[in-house]
Formats: sequence, C-alpha cells, structure tokens
Amino acid sequence: MTRALSGEDVARRINEAHPDTAIHNNDTDVWIRPAAILEVSEFLNSDPDLNFSFLNAVTAVDYVEYFELVYHLVSMQNNTSVVIKSKVFGREELSAPSVISVWQGADLQEREIWDLMGIHFEGHPNMKRVLLWEGFPGHPLRKDFLE
Amino acid sequence: MHEIQTAGILDFGSLERFFQRVLPDSLDRFAFFIAAFTLAFIVINVMVQTTAVYTWFERRVLGRFQGRLGPNRWGPFGMLQPIADLIKLMTKEDMVPKIADRWSFNLAPIILVFPTLLVVAVIPFGPDSFLGRLNIGILFVLGVTSVNTIAIFMAGWGSANKYAMLGAMRGVAMLVSYEVPMALGVVGVLILSGSLAMSDIVIQQNVPFLIVQPLGFLIFIAAASAEMSRTPFDQIEAESELGSGYNTEYSSMKFGMLFLGEFMAPLVTGMIVTTLFLSGTRGFDPIPGQVWFVGKTFAVVFALLWVRATWPRLRVDQIMAFAWKGLFGMALVNIFLIAVEVAVFQDDAGKISTNSLWIMSAINWAIAIGVIVAVANILGQPNLERPTPVPSPLANMYAEAD
Amino acid sequence: MAVKTEPVTINLGPQHPSTHGVFRLRVKFDGEVVLDVEPVFGYLHRGTEKLAESRTYVQIVTLTDRLDYTASMSNNLSYVLAVEKLAGIEAPERAQYIRVICAELARISSHLMATGFLLNDLGAFATPLMYCFRERERILDLFEMLCGARITVSYMRPGGVLQDPPDDFWPALTRINDDLPQYFDELESLITGNEIVLARTRDVGTISAEHAINASISGPILRATGVQWDVRRADPYEIYDRLDFDIPIGAVGDTFDRYLVRIQEMRESVKIIRQCIEQTPDGPYRADAPWFIRAPEGDAYAAVEGPKGELGFYMVSDGDISPYRCKIRAPSFINLTALTDMLVGWKMGDLITIFGSLDVVLGEVDR
Repeated sequence: MTRALSGEDVARRINEAHPDTAIHNNDTDVWIRPAAILEVSEFLNSDPDLNFSFLNAVTAVDYVEYFELVYHLVSMQNNTSVVIKSKVFGREELSAPSVISVWQGADLQEREIWDLMGIHFEGHPNMKRVLLWEGFPGHPLRKDFLE
Repeated sequence: MHEIQTAGILDFGSLERFFQRVLPDSLDRFAFFIAAFTLAFIVINVMVQTTAVYTWFERRVLGRFQGRLGPNRWGPFGMLQPIADLIKLMTKEDMVPKIADRWSFNLAPIILVFPTLLVVAVIPFGPDSFLGRLNIGILFVLGVTSVNTIAIFMAGWGSANKYAMLGAMRGVAMLVSYEVPMALGVVGVLILSGSLAMSDIVIQQNVPFLIVQPLGFLIFIAAASAEMSRTPFDQIEAESELGSGYNTEYSSMKFGMLFLGEFMAPLVTGMIVTTLFLSGTRGFDPIPGQVWFVGKTFAVVFALLWVRATWPRLRVDQIMAFAWKGLFGMALVNIFLIAVEVAVFQDDAGKISTNSLWIMSAINWAIAIGVIVAVANILGQPNLERPTPVPSPLANMYAEAD
Repeated sequence: MAVKTEPVTINLGPQHPSTHGVFRLRVKFDGEVVLDVEPVFGYLHRGTEKLAESRTYVQIVTLTDRLDYTASMSNNLSYVLAVEKLAGIEAPERAQYIRVICAELARISSHLMATGFLLNDLGAFATPLMYCFRERERILDLFEMLCGARITVSYMRPGGVLQDPPDDFWPALTRINDDLPQYFDELESLITGNEIVLARTRDVGTISAEHAINASISGPILRATGVQWDVRRADPYEIYDRLDFDIPIGAVGDTFDRYLVRIQEMRESVKIIRQCIEQTPDGPYRADAPWFIRAPEGDAYAAVEGPKGELGFYMVSDGDISPYRCKIRAPSFINLTALTDMLVGWKMGDLITIFGSLDVVLGEVDR
C-alpha cells in the first residue's frame, strides 16, 4: 500500500528546512503559505528521506472566500504519498509561484488551473489558456461563473 | 521494314491492311492513322475498364486480408462498385484553390495518366501486338514512366498546400532515386536477351527470367513499387502522415484522373514484370497466350497487394538509404554476374541454350541468397535481442509492502 | 553554394488521420525534421468537471464514460472508488471482482486499439487495426451482455455494479479469455519481428526514466522506461492484492518498448481475469447505498491504473447530493507534458509514430 505520510511529520520537516512555511496540518494534509510553494517543493523533491519525485496531480478548489491549491505528491522510491495544500485569498488577479522548475509535470496542469480557475502561476514559461480559447470571458470552474 | 506477322485481328499489320483494302487507293496513307487511332481507342478503353475492375479487385482482396467483406452491395459481388465510384466522382463539385497555380494544377492529372497509357503500347500482349517490336521498347518504358515525377511535383506545387508540397518533395526525391536501381535491374534482362524490344525479350525466355535472375527480379519489383508509391514506400501519399499527400486539394474528376493513374500503375507494372521476368504470353497449350498474360499480371498484382496489406511504411531517409546503399549495390552485383555468365555460356552464334539457362539459375539463386543476406546484415536491424529490462532504481512499489 | 531555406509551419490537425481525435499540433519543420511542436488542446472540451458539480453522485457515472471512451469501464471504476472513499461505502466482494474483470477487459480493449492505431500510423494499411478490432468487438459484446451498452457503459455504481451479470456471461467470458492469448500470438507474429516495424520504432522517441517521472508520466509509457510502477501493485485497490500477476517493463523507453509493454500487459490481464473467474464468490452485487448519496464534508482522492496511466478522481464534498468539486487526473492529458521534448529532432514520420505510441484519447485530454 502507498503509505500516506502523517501531515504532522511532514509539516515539522518542512518547517525545519524552511521555518514558518507550513502553517497548519491534519492527519494527511499540510497547508503551506502560497509564497513558499516553490521552495517547499524544491525541498520535498530533493530531500533524500522524503524524495517526492512524482507530482501526481495539481488542482485548485474554489471555496469562495479563498482558493485552495492541492498538490498530490508520490514518492516512488518509498511508496509514500502526501497532500500539500495552499490557500490563496482573493478573487481578482490571483497568483502563485509555479513549480514547473521542480516538476515538469506541472506544466499542463498549471495552465489548466489558470484557464479554468484563474490563478496565475508566476515563473511558468508559457502561461496561456489550454482548454479554452484566448479571450474567453472569465474562468468557468469558479463558483461565481455564470454563462 | 520487317515482315509483319499476322497473328490475330488486333495486330497493327492486319488492321492497316484491312483499312487499305476498305479505303480507296487515294486515301491509302490514312489507313495507317485510322489503324493507329483504332488501336489507341481500344487500348485506352480496355485499360480504363481493366483499372475499374482492378479497383474492385484490390478492394475485395484487401477486405479479405483485413477480415471484412469489401464492397459487396451493387452488382454481383459488388462488381459495379467502380461505376458507383465514378458517378460519385463526376457529380462532385470541381474545386480549385484560389491561390493554386492553375496551369500546373489542372495539367497534372493528365500528365500523370498519359505516360501510364503510353507504356501499354509497347507491351506484347500477343506475338505481334501493337508496338511490341519497338526496337527501343524497354528504354521507352523507363523514359516515359519517369514523366510521372513531373506530374506529381506539378500537383504538389500547384495545389499551394503544405501537405501536398511535402508529399511532392518526398515523391520527387524518392522517384528520382529509384529510377536508378530500376534501370539497373533491367540491364540483366537486356544482357540475357540481347535485345531492347519487349517481344524479343519474351522470345528469349525459354526459362522465365524470374528463375534465371531472382536478384534482378527482386530489385525491379522493389524499385517498381517505390515508383508507383505503394507500401512500404508510399511516401507520396503517406495517408497517416500527410493526409493524402500530393492529391490533397483535388476533387471531382481531377481526383478521378489521379486515382485512375494511381490504380493503373500496378496493372502496368504487373504487365512489365510479366513481360520481363515471367515470359509474358508464353505458357503451354491449349490455354491461349493472352490468358497466360492476364493470369501472370494478376498474380504479380496480387503479390503487390499482399505486401500492401501487411507491411508498414518506411521512413523517408530509410527509403533513400535502401535505394542507394541496398538496391544500387545489388543491381551492380546482378549486372556483373549476368555479364560474366553470358560471356561464359554463350555459343559462337551468341545464343544461350536452355540447359545453360538452368545452370545459370542454380548459380544465381545461390548468389542472390548470399547477397540478400549480406545486405540484410549490413542495412537491416541488428538481431531481435533487446536488452533485458532492468527495474529502474527510481521506483520501488514494494517499499511499504508488509 | 548553400541554399537558403526557411522552416515551414504546419498545422497537424484538428482534422488529420493520425491525431486520434480532434487534436492539433502546430509543428515547425525544417524540411522533414521537426524543429518545434506546440500542442493545441480543447476541441473536445465539454466541461466535465463543471457539469459534475451540478449532478448527483450516481448521475456523474455517465459523464465518466465519455472521458476515455476506449476504456469507459476503467473510468467508471476510478470514479466509484473515489465516491466510495468519500462517502465511506464498502462494495461487496462479488461486485469488486466483477469490477476488476470489467476494468481488465477495458484495458485489453484499449491496448488493442492503441496497438492497432500505432500500426496504422506506421503505415500498415488497416490490416493490424482490423485484427485488433475483431477481438475488441468480442469484448464489447461482453459489455453489451452486462449492461446493454458497448462504449458508454455506465455499468458501475457507488457501492457495486448496476446489475448481476446474466448467467450466460460467465461461459462467454471464459471462452473469450481462453481465445485471447492466441489472438495476441497472431498479432505479435505479424508485428514484433517485422523488420520495418523495428526500423521505425526502435530507439525512436526515447524518454529516460528520470524525465518521465519528472514529467508526471504514468502508465505504459512510464513502465516502458524501466520504472516498475503500477498502482495496482503500489497501492492495491479492490481485490488486486489477492491476484498474482506481473508488471511488465521496458528496457529503453522507446516506441517499440511502449508497444511491447502493452502487449505483455494484455497477457497479464488475461491472467488476472482467469483468476477472477475462479475466485468470484456468490453474494450481493451492490451495497445498500442510498440513491442520493450525501457524502460527509471532506475530500478524497482515489486512483486506478487505467490503460493510459494513473486515472484518479479528487472529490471534494460539502455534504450536498452532488460533489463540490470533482477533479479528474486524466493520464492522457498529463502524459502529453513531455510531448515536445520527445518529438523535437525527429522526422515527420516519427512524429506520427511517437504520438501514436503515447496512446492519448482526446475525450480524456480535453474533458
């Protein structure tokens, strides 16, 4: 079985490497500050114990007050997994750091989040809409999107 | 002018004499033209009809290869399907792209079809048919068929379409390259028969040249399938890559003409191969020569179809490598071999006896197999062994198994 | 004298015989050589994730059919697993076996399509494709026996399956399962040793294991690089931990390895189905789940090893009868991440083959 690492343990390790970045955790998930996404990702990818080399999925959820970015990470060598989340507050001109420099697999998924949720990823080399056409009004997966 | 043998009503000589008798003396010289037009009329119509039958044949056979039925709705066994196709093509709107080069676009289908028809003139369907005795027969065939290259380039260039252009570019490179092994493959036949005339080549084949020089046959048939752009050399159309290649922009009867030329090519190739390597109209009695000829032609065409139905396509650079590194060298070996053998075996009168032909066959088969194995080892894929898959250390899905 | 040339840009698709749907590649060619590739998506975008937010949990099953329409059973399975995890429903054992059988049949049918179309892309004029279709047809007939539909099956439900298989399903399944290895032998004798196939696929479109993992590639493409990672083994769902099967891997990660891995996986699937036929117990085929499932607040992620790769559903619930958010981890979409890196430098013909060997289904890419 792929073992889900305890959120508390991972949060502690993250905070040891980058103090005051993991702000909250529960059994399986760790919430980090949006500004620290890139450095935490680098740490999770390169740390020999954690070794999260495989970015399974990136997504965003619209909770109206805030958007939550969800990173599903898998370590293929240890067969462990962890879920990293990050809350982005606001509705307009949202942005978060891109993790494409750590995991190339984030490329299309971050573009999809920009397309459908409207979160702009800084540092992505090709931040264009992917499923809809350029000039499409609004971001349809937001809860306040009306046709 | 040599004495005209009369072997049947369809021979040029008897036709001309018939018209000389019918017409008044003052119009004698027109008899030649009328005879020529009559024959041309017959040849073109027969060829077009045969092509129609051949499209049905190809689709049925491909259907059987692929485990399906093929056209079977209209007429007995779907044999009227070509007519349905023709009606569909004729009633389609004839469209020319606005930015097309109209001259080359419109001329290309005609230029593609007529050399294929011209070639039929020199093929001996009987002992003395048409221009079978033309003393430059085989050179005529090689020269006329290469006009196709120009037609394909005209079609590709004139369409002002990138896919068509890519197809035409590939086509020109490939067709020009394969002219060389094709011509060299024929040289062996010419040395053996000592004549360029197609009918003489048939007469010389006491043993079919397929048996005497298998290497030459293989080279010729490989080069010929490249010349008519059939799998595994179908770079010009390359359906899965270029959509439809050089004929992407064609519609209606212009497409029909390209289609006609394309489907006539295997037939004509089958006829040439039959003449050069399968002893043409020769067989044993009581079956008439014409039946032998048609039967052999369709056997060749069926073999080509078989290849088409099963093999994938080579890449463009691999095709060129095969022409220049493989076929070219094999053709040279073949020429050298045949030349030496002819020098050894021919008697004082320059003839080669049937027994000598059989001895040559034995030698040639052995050498052909050796050459093919050598070329396959040099050019072909190294043996089938793959490195043993080793699980990468980057993943261990049993890490947490307990 | 050097001739001045300039690259030409070609739009491959959305209407093109080899893009496997409505996919578009904006390719820059230097003659025949690919200089740059830009994939353009979205021609089949139906907003599945948005539609799911306004449907009940059971209704969404029909949406999942339309993702990867060559293996709709796998999509069903992945979705119902996510819902079961979210709502805490446990499917009866019999249902789990039936679902595994269906998912493996779907894998065989999808891999057959992939192999057939790869050969079609290679230029083999439809013959291998028709052979593959012949066998796939029999599998679709089995699906028809189960639920009346062949492609959009909607057979699985949160908590089980729609209905118990009819009595004549099991003998038919056994018969087909026994026939399949011969089909694969026939297919392999046509393809695997073919000189032209080898020339066209060996060492073409190679991707390294590091690159594949970094680009989040999963499924046969990842395993072809030698990474032995299969969700069925790494994180067994349903009853896969009771079954005995191998995870085939490739040596190099080229187009030929991807083809070989698929063929071997189909053989393993046959093994799995044979074991399932023996082990399937009697009992209920569906748990007593309510028609309108109200999942407790929270989120859940469940993944299966689909034919194309790891197919996952991330579901968020706010306690209503429909999910608050339903994210689909579509393997075809994510596998396209490294497409540009794999294609640049190869020739036009290779571009088509490499793309064909990735086996993407546009219903899943565009969702």
